[in-house]
Amino acid sequence: MDVSELDATIHAGHAGMEESPYGIPSGKLAMWCFVLSDAVTFSAVLFAYGYLRIGSPDWSTPFTFVPSVLNGLVMTFVLLTSGLTMLAAVEAAKAGRTAAGTRWLWATCALGALFAGMHLMEWRHMIEEGWRLFQNPLGGSVEFGAAFFCITGLHLLHVLGGVCALAVIALGFHRQRYNSIDVEVLGIYWHFVDLVWMFVFPLVYLMNAR
Amino acid sequence: MSEAAAHPAVHQHTAPTGFIRKYVFSVDHKIIGLQYYGLALVAVFVGMVLSWLMRIHLGWATFAIPGLHLLSSTGAPGNVMTPEYYLSLMTMHGTIMVFFVLTNAPFSGFGNYFLPIQVGAPDMAFPRMNMMSFWVTLVAFLVLMASFFVSDGPTIAGWTVYAPLSAVGKDAGPGLAMGQNLWAVAIAIFCVGQLLGSLNFIATTLDLRTKGMSLLRLPFSTWAWFITSVIGLLAFAVLLPACVLLILDRTAGTSFFIPGGLVVSDHLQPHTGGSPLLWQHLFWFFGHPEVYIAILPAIGIVSHILPAFMRKPLLGPRVIVGCMVAIGFLSYMVWGHHMFVSGMNPFSALLFSVPTLIITIPATIATLLWIGSVYGAKLRFTSASLFCLGFISVFISGGISGFFLAQPSIDTYLHATYFVVAHFHFVMAVAAIFAIFAGTYFWMPKMIGRMMNETLGQIHFWITFVGVYCIFMPMHYLGLAGNVRRYAAFTDDFLVPLIPVHQFITIAALVTGAAQFIFLFNLIWTRFRGPKAPDNPWNATSLEWSTTSPPPFDNFGGRQLVVHHEAYEYGVAGSAGDYVMQTSPEVVKPQ
Amino acid sequence: MGKAFAVVLVIITIISTAIFIFHGQLLWLPEDISAHGHGIDHQLMETMAGSGFLFVLSQILLGIFVWQSSDRAEGWKFKTFPGGARPMVVSAIVVVGLEILALSFVGSKVWAGIYLTPPEPDSMHIDVQAGQFAFYFRYAGPDGKFGGLHPDKIDEANGNFFGLDPANDEAARDDVVVATMAIPVNRPIFLTMHSKDVIHSFYVRELRLQQDIVPGLLIPLHFTATKTGKFEIVCTQLCGLGHYEMKAYLEVMPQDKFDDWMKQQEANQ
Repeated sequence: MDVSELDATIHAGHAGMEESPYGIPSGKLAMWCFVLSDAVTFSAVLFAYGYLRIGSPDWSTPFTFVPSVLNGLVMTFVLLTSGLTMLAAVEAAKAGRTAAGTRWLWATCALGALFAGMHLMEWRHMIEEGWRLFQNPLGGSVEFGAAFFCITGLHLLHVLGGVCALAVIALGFHRQRYNSIDVEVLGIYWHFVDLVWMFVFPLVYLMNAR
Repeated sequence: MSEAAAHPAVHQHTAPTGFIRKYVFSVDHKIIGLQYYGLALVAVFVGMVLSWLMRIHLGWATFAIPGLHLLSSTGAPGNVMTPEYYLSLMTMHGTIMVFFVLTNAPFSGFGNYFLPIQVGAPDMAFPRMNMMSFWVTLVAFLVLMASFFVSDGPTIAGWTVYAPLSAVGKDAGPGLAMGQNLWAVAIAIFCVGQLLGSLNFIATTLDLRTKGMSLLRLPFSTWAWFITSVIGLLAFAVLLPACVLLILDRTAGTSFFIPGGLVVSDHLQPHTGGSPLLWQHLFWFFGHPEVYIAILPAIGIVSHILPAFMRKPLLGPRVIVGCMVAIGFLSYMVWGHHMFVSGMNPFSALLFSVPTLIITIPATIATLLWIGSVYGAKLRFTSASLFCLGFISVFISGGISGFFLAQPSIDTYLHATYFVVAHFHFVMAVAAIFAIFAGTYFWMPKMIGRMMNETLGQIHFWITFVGVYCIFMPMHYLGLAGNVRRYAAFTDDFLVPLIPVHQFITIAALVTGAAQFIFLFNLIWTRFRGPKAPDNPWNATSLEWSTTSPPPFDNFGGRQLVVHHEAYEYGVAGSAGDYVMQTSPEVVKPQ
Repeated sequence: MGKAFAVVLVIITIISTAIFIFHGQLLWLPEDISAHGHGIDHQLMETMAGSGFLFVLSQILLGIFVWQSSDRAEGWKFKTFPGGARPMVVSAIVVVGLEILALSFVGSKVWAGIYLTPPEPDSMHIDVQAGQFAFYFRYAGPDGKFGGLHPDKIDEANGNFFGLDPANDEAARDDVVVATMAIPVNRPIFLTMHSKDVIHSFYVRELRLQQDIVPGLLIPLHFTATKTGKFEIVCTQLCGLGHYEMKAYLEVMPQDKFDDWMKQQEANQ
């Protein structure tokens, strides 16, 4: 059965349909709803972190400025820059400049991959120092490791998912299988991932700085 | 205005061919709705059989239930149920019913089928994602059911799986090994399916309404599905990470929910630093909105069906929608009322009690509006309308017991007794199920093009209506007497005298359960022998009655409908007939 | 059909309400033996009266309207409830709102009296441990001090349920550990409750007290028993396969009998 025909019917009949109260294509609305839901998911994990931190008399604050906080700052810069390149990609896509849009998408993808790579290197460093989900080499609360790896891990999963999506959309946009709306939808997701990091970084890194 | 001009044609497209594309991996919201409904039907019969096994054991604890050892040789050696197997069956009963029946049927089932049609769309906004949401839900169900077949059986921790019982692993008892893992994985998968479904419902309701279908002209059922999907979007988003954290505690050595120094079955547990109350906060932050996810579609469905059989609109339709929104909003503020005596700061109990009591107000308003609407009506009694009227009665009964439990001082005594069991069964197992029955009798002619047997439906209603009162009303008295819940058997001096009441309840449950086979038989009979259904057998007004029974692939046969009227124009003064369909071009002059 | 519905509904309402009113001994709360219990019972009765009235009223009204609305003549024009939706909205907000205010005001005082007030200064302190599937109770003994708890020292087979370390802990040596909670009547009692494994709960119906015992937390509870007798302490938080059998007894005795009991327990330790 031809799903694309059905899609066309669903979305082409605008002349005979009511105005949507938000005036944006359904794909964008759905991504906003997903982002809302995902924000609640991150909030739940951050709530768990806060609840356990407040309840732990022996909470560790292991992050020295060098290397941990500095590394985190660089990662933040990388992710923020990827937000800028994403904005550029959306602008180019909306203006119909396919080649430029594709390049900006690939730039975003690369920056996202760089972020993920730096993150994994940081994890490796922490694991070498003895940190685990259930182990604290400084002798303090083991909840630190659990909270750290779970929160950053959840975020990292979202980054990796975004990097894959960016690659798929970049390829498809170049071949004109995807349009500027698809790029915008991905942009909403990518900016959300960036926004979450702006909570994770202060709450997990800065609050646990030595 | 001619029919053709009123409904300009749109691009006609081809229906899918082949059995797999049509009925299995279908992107058609109608098939997906039927698939969800079918899954719920299987689940409800499994859940009901589990409840029979539980009830027989509670009435006659040493009775050897024939064949039970085939289900589990360790759980029922010699066909006599062990206490741990009782808890396994109880946990599965609750889990299956809450998730796979009460979230599936009234919301995913009927909602998927009728929301696009009621707004005038040819399908949901994202048909492929819709198909995925069903198959994800089915996988969740299969993973959950797999726990029946692992060696230690399903988890024994109750559908609420409180930590640390659920988190420390098999030291804490049978069923707490693989069975608990499967539960957590299944429910996490279920959350994903619900999320995908919610996205579709929201986008379709906001974006795909046909011309003239303003938000205020939406039927109550569509409003209910829309509000429910918003609640679900946020609620399941919390259950998902909670289940993941539980899985990590069980398998990866974390201690989110497990404090230090626990000695379980003589083993000192290696975990430290976690909090059992954290699980409860996360779970109930989901769990309370979940029960409103179960009841709001029911409220919407009953409000939608009643006007057709009263031949008048409901009183205060905007108020009813407002009540649904208020209930949805308040549902996020009350989760602590499940935790009054949990060990959380007792001051919080007072804070949670206030919004809990306040939720009574919109619920009462809605109930009074229903009752007031029956005044001066011209009632037509069909299986659908009888279940709607029955719904009002059982909703009152269930709601009133909630009023007791909402007060912490009273909950001190009634918490974890059969009074609570009575309350949630009345509102969920009875009221919501009545709405599912009403919806089935009302919409089955539209869905499969055949009329259901009215005689069988009415017999089904009468036995069920009297039966549920016989089952669940006595549980209030048991609760007041101090009968603790989740007990596999009653062996002590205090509770033994109450066993005859349990036996009465069991008999009522078995008889009422047997009556559900009348319903099942009716469904099967209808499918093969039911008389052909006309387009509009109930002379109802909403958009689903403006198309054939069943509707064609794109719902309206290529027509783009135009809506001219509100959803419940029955008995309109100045109209030609006793009802005006939403799509009717008739212009009614107010008198 | 409608008339049958109305009749059945009214019958169900009358029978249900009748049982609430003529409950007898079996289907009702056991006698209250606590100092604070009358507040809870009063709250319960007020709620029952108020909601019972609304229950009967709403079900019977539904029945009456269904009766009246059945078998209408052909061509009947529907009637709207006088005033439309407004009387419903107003009465729901006013009646329910007032009930909520009244019950919350009184109920919060009852609740605070149990859970938000400190124990009396001369309370007798008993330490309670819940574990799969029994309760154990600990008295401080003649030195008036409780020994420290060490989970790694728990040895059920040898009766060291609490994980005491009498060899190294002087205060632990005279702690009295028993499986029955005996208390003198009319004496304020202060409990500190902890769990050795999973969440349990302490529930004595006659005391009108229920409190979950959460591992990792030390849960305080205080009360005064006003009548003598033997009462069940049952676990109400699902704790595993033995949950249904997990109970102990509360024995409330006159002060002199209690003193004798205590002397005997101290000798047995």
